[in-house]
Amino acid sequence: MLKIRNLKVSLEEENKEILKGVNLDINPGSVHAIMGPNGSGKSTLSYVLSGKNGYRVSEGTVTLEDEDVLDLEPEERAAAGLFLAFQYPVEIPGVGNMTFLRTAINSQRKARGESELSAAEFLKLIRAKANDLKIDAEMLKRPVNVGFSGGEKKRNEILQMALLEPKMCILDETDSGLDVDAMKLVAMGVNALRDAGRSFLVITHYQRLLNHIKPDFVHIMADGKIIKSGSAELALKVENSGYSDLLDGDTNGS
Amino acid sequence: MVPDKTSDQLLKLISRLDLPKDSLPIRKEALENIKRVGLPSKRDEYWKYTDPKRFCEPFPKVSERIKSDQLPLFEDFGAIKLVFTDGIFDPKKSDSLGDDKLQFEPLSQLSHMDDSWLSDFYGTLECRGQKPVHRPMAMLNTSCATDGVTLLVNGVITKPIHIIYNSSPANPDVKIHHCIKLSSGSSLTVIESGEASSRFNKVLEVDISKESSFNHISIQSNTDDQIVSSHLFSQLAEKSSLKSFTLTTSGVLYRNEHIVNLDGNNGVAHVAAAALGKRKFHHDDTVFVTHNAENCESRQVFKKVLEDGAHGVFQGKILVNPGAQKTDGYQISQSLLLDDKSQFLAKPELEIYADDVVCSHGSTSGAIDEESLFYLRSRGISEPKARELLILAFLAEAIDEIEDKNISKKILEYLETRL
Repeated sequence: MLKIRNLKVSLEEENKEILKGVNLDINPGSVHAIMGPNGSGKSTLSYVLSGKNGYRVSEGTVTLEDEDVLDLEPEERAAAGLFLAFQYPVEIPGVGNMTFLRTAINSQRKARGESELSAAEFLKLIRAKANDLKIDAEMLKRPVNVGFSGGEKKRNEILQMALLEPKMCILDETDSGLDVDAMKLVAMGVNALRDAGRSFLVITHYQRLLNHIKPDFVHIMADGKIIKSGSAELALKVENSGYSDLLDGDTNGS
Repeated sequence: MVPDKTSDQLLKLISRLDLPKDSLPIRKEALENIKRVGLPSKRDEYWKYTDPKRFCEPFPKVSERIKSDQLPLFEDFGAIKLVFTDGIFDPKKSDSLGDDKLQFEPLSQLSHMDDSWLSDFYGTLECRGQKPVHRPMAMLNTSCATDGVTLLVNGVITKPIHIIYNSSPANPDVKIHHCIKLSSGSSLTVIESGEASSRFNKVLEVDISKESSFNHISIQSNTDDQIVSSHLFSQLAEKSSLKSFTLTTSGVLYRNEHIVNLDGNNGVAHVAAAALGKRKFHHDDTVFVTHNAENCESRQVFKKVLEDGAHGVFQGKILVNPGAQKTDGYQISQSLLLDDKSQFLAKPELEIYADDVVCSHGSTSGAIDEESLFYLRSRGISEPKARELLILAFLAEAIDEIEDKNISKKILEYLETRL
């Protein structure tokens, strides 16, 4: 599904290298988790994959189903099936959530040469999806993320994911700012989307989220590289003894 | 002293004009007044940010692109249409009012002015609005406007009145003056649209009596070449309300002045505008709201989207006179600058002589928020479409000021086609 090869990235404005050769293979239907201390480059990886401005890729490749992703605009990546659930979903006053969601799905359908959904078709679809995530009509009517609580914002991200049905979902610290119940609800939403054709990359600080979204693989990222990869057990190890043991001496890449 | 150049220009400008042959004494008075104060010049403090030269030239530049097509915008809206062609009321294209709560006559048809309510009304609000700053373009209009709607409203009018300005290049210099008086307990919505002429000078005087409400929507221009000077003079009695919204989507030079006097307690006045333009577009909103009574609320919401060298100006004042306690005044002027070449100049002013007052003002200029743009694009929305959504979102606060949600919906739909 997603292949990252020797990805090296620095900030456009300062010549500071943040990703120093990341390698990762994600197969269809699998769930990968990336953990790592603050500043290790986890969020940068998610932004570079989704096409945010401000980063310079100096080396390496990223392909999604053999298509070069790095040459695509963010909207083209989205239409190709890539989705980033933001750590901090952006509030957009004046743009209604419904307008936003409908424009998004129809833009993607159009880009893929599919017919656009009518207002009635869209309404039916969004109501069903929103219901699963306990998102009420009031939340759909409000401007995008404006006045939403932390939990509501994250649920709105998962709603977008459920609606757009991407192939490759990247979740950037989706658990941050969530209480236990909100996290369960979000995890439930994610788990409902798991299937053989859809892959996930779950970026998190804590093992907690991985109790609810069971990963197939766990990677530890430090200083712009993946320094260790393993099964779900690895996350438990981090939870018990912190990152320091892994950072000292163990530099076996994946 | 009026500088010679201006006075020469004024004489040239005036010599072309025939004073309409009605018996309104105020026309001569207004003409004397403008001879006394002269045409505006860039040296006037009130015209510091907008060069009035093109308003003052004896002959306007004729735009061949001015079309007489009315906007299809409110076509099936059930509005009562009043059409002006080349500055003269066009009865054939207009609807009959058919409502005994409305007393309508076109200004040009009023031959026996003496026994009309209008002889006491025409020009009075304009005169009042000449202090503390002169508004010479309005004086000029009062002296020689060719026509306009005169309307006495006695009751609640459910259908909007739609004033449509048609034009041909034959008359590139139209001056129209409307007078509307709402009796106690009345309400009326007036929509204005259409091109009028290459150079258009419009005055609307509206007197809003006790417990009356006046809603006003003005859609300005479709053509890149148009220049417009417009004045809305209003006075509000106790418990009355004014909601005015102006949309400008193209043109080269606009000076829209809004003069509001809140004279009775518990009055509400909201003045809002949304403007977007590029290149030679120069758009000036000049607002003067005076609180003369207690417990009144005023809101000014002005938004401009400027691109590729366009200029925006906002001069907004809230004057709270002694005794106007419990005033609630709000003013916001914002611009969205789509590139480095565009410019927005704002001069917010508060002058307060009462001590129990809440007044706030704010002004901002900014670019499109990159975080928002990326968020939208990351969901598959193309960059142009994402920009469009963000521009509409920026304008939304001004459009929300429109009382009638059917109208604001139409305006949003129209804006989508303009972006």
